[in-house]
Amino acid sequence: MPEVVLAVDGVRKSFGGVHAVDGVSVALERGEIRALIGPNGAGKSTFFDILTGQLRADAGAVVFRGERISGLPPHAIWRRGISRTFQITATFGTLTVLENVQVARLSATGRSLELLRSAGHQEVGRSAELLAQVGLLEQADRLAGVLAYGDLKKLELAIALANDPALLLLDEPTAGMAPAERGALMALTAAIARERDLTVLFTEHDMDVVFSTADRVMVLHQGRVIADGTPAAVRADRQVQAVYLGDDL
Amino acid sequence: MLQLREVQAYYGRSHVLYGVSLEARLGEVVCLLGRNGAGKSTTLKSVMGLVDVTAGDIVFEGRSLREVPTHEITRRGVGFVPEDRRIFSDLSVRENLEVGARAGGAWTVERVCALFPKLASLDHQRGGSLSGGEQQMLTIARTLMTNPRLLLLDEPSEGLAPVIVRALADTILALKREGLTIVLSEQNVKFARRVADRAYIIEKGQIKFAGSLAALDADEGLRRAYLSV
Amino acid sequence: MSPSLLLIQGLSGLAHAMVLFLIASGLSLIFGVTRIVNFAHGSFYMLAAYLTYSFAAALPLGPASFYVAVVAAALATGLVGLVIEVGLLRRVYRAPELYQLLLTFALVLVIADVVRLGWGTENKTGPTAPGLAGSVRIAGQLFATYDLALIVLGPVVALVLWWLFYRTRWGVLIRAATQDREMVAVLGVDQARLFTSVFVLGSCLAGLGGALQVPRQALTNVMDTTIITEAFVVVVVGGMGSVPGAFLAAILIGVIDAFGVLLLPKASLVMIFVVMAVVLIARPWGLLGRPEAQARSAGGSVTAEARAIVPAPLVLALVAALVVVPPFLPRFHVLVLSEILIFALFAGSLHLLMGTGGMVSFGHAATFGLGAYGAALLLERARLPMLVAFALAPVVAAAGAALYGYFCVRLSSIYFAMLTLAFAQIAYAIVHQWYDVTGGDNGLLGVWPPRWLASPVRYYYLALVACAGGLALLAVIGRAPFGLTLRAARDHARRAEAVGIDVRRHQWAAFVVAGFFGGLAGAAFAFLKGSVFPNYLAVPMSVEPLVMVLLGGVQAFAGAAVGAAIYKVLDTVVTWYTDYWQLVIGLILVTLVVAFPRGVLGVLAERRRA
Repeated sequence: MPEVVLAVDGVRKSFGGVHAVDGVSVALERGEIRALIGPNGAGKSTFFDILTGQLRADAGAVVFRGERISGLPPHAIWRRGISRTFQITATFGTLTVLENVQVARLSATGRSLELLRSAGHQEVGRSAELLAQVGLLEQADRLAGVLAYGDLKKLELAIALANDPALLLLDEPTAGMAPAERGALMALTAAIARERDLTVLFTEHDMDVVFSTADRVMVLHQGRVIADGTPAAVRADRQVQAVYLGDDL
Repeated sequence: MLQLREVQAYYGRSHVLYGVSLEARLGEVVCLLGRNGAGKSTTLKSVMGLVDVTAGDIVFEGRSLREVPTHEITRRGVGFVPEDRRIFSDLSVRENLEVGARAGGAWTVERVCALFPKLASLDHQRGGSLSGGEQQMLTIARTLMTNPRLLLLDEPSEGLAPVIVRALADTILALKREGLTIVLSEQNVKFARRVADRAYIIEKGQIKFAGSLAALDADEGLRRAYLSV
Repeated sequence: MSPSLLLIQGLSGLAHAMVLFLIASGLSLIFGVTRIVNFAHGSFYMLAAYLTYSFAAALPLGPASFYVAVVAAALATGLVGLVIEVGLLRRVYRAPELYQLLLTFALVLVIADVVRLGWGTENKTGPTAPGLAGSVRIAGQLFATYDLALIVLGPVVALVLWWLFYRTRWGVLIRAATQDREMVAVLGVDQARLFTSVFVLGSCLAGLGGALQVPRQALTNVMDTTIITEAFVVVVVGGMGSVPGAFLAAILIGVIDAFGVLLLPKASLVMIFVVMAVVLIARPWGLLGRPEAQARSAGGSVTAEARAIVPAPLVLALVAALVVVPPFLPRFHVLVLSEILIFALFAGSLHLLMGTGGMVSFGHAATFGLGAYGAALLLERARLPMLVAFALAPVVAAAGAALYGYFCVRLSSIYFAMLTLAFAQIAYAIVHQWYDVTGGDNGLLGVWPPRWLASPVRYYYLALVACAGGLALLAVIGRAPFGLTLRAARDHARRAEAVGIDVRRHQWAAFVVAGFFGGLAGAAFAFLKGSVFPNYLAVPMSVEPLVMVLLGGVQAFAGAAVGAAIYKVLDTVVTWYTDYWQLVIGLILVTLVVAFPRGVLGVLAERRRA
């Protein structure tokens, strides 16, 4: 039996009467790459926010590596090994690319409250390594705020990897990137995941990316999981076609 | 009627449009297709003076709109419906409509309510209490109250249920019959096919395609390269 | 206490509440639509009061003179608002919020001196309201007829405002603009005109409040600062931008104030700030306010593009000069130099909060005052040696900052700023009213260093070591992992949380560190002056470092020191030549903000890049 890294049981969240997430249960196995797809407003980002503690679920439980994490604050969940990227790229705009990763590394190593040693030379090697891995090393000294969109996505990935996570949540990792870039970034992500034995859950609108990268695909519609299976099975699912891929207008 | 010539634009500090040129002729519906982050919204916002245009020109009915304040652009006859709708949630439906009202204009509260009968029944409801589809109606109706001759719609179908999207398409076609020129941005090609006369594809802030929807349909590679599904 | 006395006290609280409502509704309205926190609002109130005084005396209309004067003064204040909005504020709507704040603060200084120039510094007693001068008997007690009239007038004004907001197109536009200004422009509404109309109406309301206050109290030069703090409390408790909230809060604050004086005379000054602190902790956006659409810190427009790094050789040369030159300077210059150093440290400690941390504190004086009083009390009451008191005082300040910082970091932007102000005012009130320990108004005297340190030059060297050392440490902290983490949290709090950073905890720690160094500055100041007074914790002392940081440029740490030097030198030079230093400094600040909307160093850095 493969190890279950993340077990979600009956999670619900509503905003003013609207059920954004309406009883979602999922089990992610170690090392798998799972896509989470669905139309806009299906509840994907809300679901991510619940997993990472940025929102508190109304009901249900999230268990990560055998420990119940629902209700913990985001920083505590990150420390347990769940890392994420954001749909709207979120980086530290006035910090350099290198500093963006350094901050995450300093946090991971518990040194973010250190007062008297310069940060300039700390965690440089490890941070540069991460930047090299995502192909951003040449831009290490630029400010994150002036990076191109695609590069910001890469920077987000590097930041998310800084704590050697066991589970990586990527919210539309390739949105807004050119097709060639998209494939490359997802291939890179998959390679890193395999190498580190990482479990990945990602949302995505680009079906090429979804079907070429994911081991399994689950479909969220109006807050509920309506399909969960291999890419081929999900593609063939009538209900999925109707709500998402199909030719309805 | 509307012409963008080699427009370069910035959103905050990031350079988004790299020389966008496009035009909309009187009475036609033009669709701007492209992915998230391709520059669709920024193109429409550049017309409204909501982003910094650093080069190029934007001409509406023969007059440049560059350096013209937003409210003045609206008064010259350009209406903009933003992507996120931006209903005034504390105001009632009627008050939302009143914000854009012009004395002596062709569009009145009664006339927009005739176009969107649902709104009439919601008259005193708070904007914030409406459903997504109702909000989309309200935001279009509100813009019509400014009596535009050119209507810019930013991703009107996004996040709406299929039934509502169908109704929206009918509305857009009805507005076209009223004589409005319409430019809309979309990710949904099927929706574009239903309403638009012509399409542009924008990618990374540059126009990659301009032509009829039939021509776009004929080119599988183009769609795969630049559009989502 | 008899029930009738309570009733009377409640009624006079209500009368005061109505005046408060007039001021606060204007302030809230202006903030809601233009996002400008108008410090000068209290100055409009004061100006109108003096204008009413003069108009009433000059008008030949007999008993009607007073009433005509009230209306004329309110309208004249509206006109002043018009000139200021069109002439100045319109130029800075796109500048960072903080610079708008600096501009309105400069106006406070200017108007304060204009009033002194026009009407002198002696208190003036205005006319009574003809026909309402007497009192009526309520439940066996005498109650001023005029106050009763105010209690009637307040709701009338509230109703008129309600009608304006809910029954006119202008009101629809105002409420729409409060939610989404850009969308209002997209719908063809000229924002500039809308802003002007709101600012004028708000100014008129402040003016009306000031005019109506004339029969109730003597006119003084400090009317502006007393009312503005109270008005801010009302606006914040009610919820920024909410006029109904302002009405509710005005009654709450007015009545609590009235009973506070009666029940806890010794703690009366503290009461309303305690109420504000409690309300904000329970409801972070006030009673009827709502969360900001996008939570953005007041320092949010800070960009690192303008990270101006002062070259090391320059710093070394400066330090060398500071060590070598003073013995050759006249005594007075040495004292000024000591003061500049102390304020550079004070401003530098604030910079850690607002520059690095993006948290704009309106109450940083609390740390300064706690340091100063800490030093004085440890020396005089605990009889500790001076150097020990000096060293422990910053710890006292840091402990105080830890206490109030714990609550403050739970709020964001303007509410955060207001809660810091509330705690500073509470500290001020305690010091002011706890006569037995702090000496109250008289302060504590004789806080001198021992004889071997007492000469200005010797003490200067102690100040130099403490302040330059403190600044150096702050610079180190800014570049340490802690500083980097704070900047990250400032740039994007959600992202920071998602890389394991406990944002609140780090912000809290920043409070403690800033408190420590603010306290060090306060202690150094206490021994420089040989005395401590409650005004070390008062609002102007919170505003000064704010102005210094903004003047120098919030982007660069060195900006704090540069700003402190410019401000103190200006202060000293101008005071030398004129009694009206506020006027001169205010005008200079206005010019600077309009010419250098990003601070001196920020602009220099931009020039260099260009």
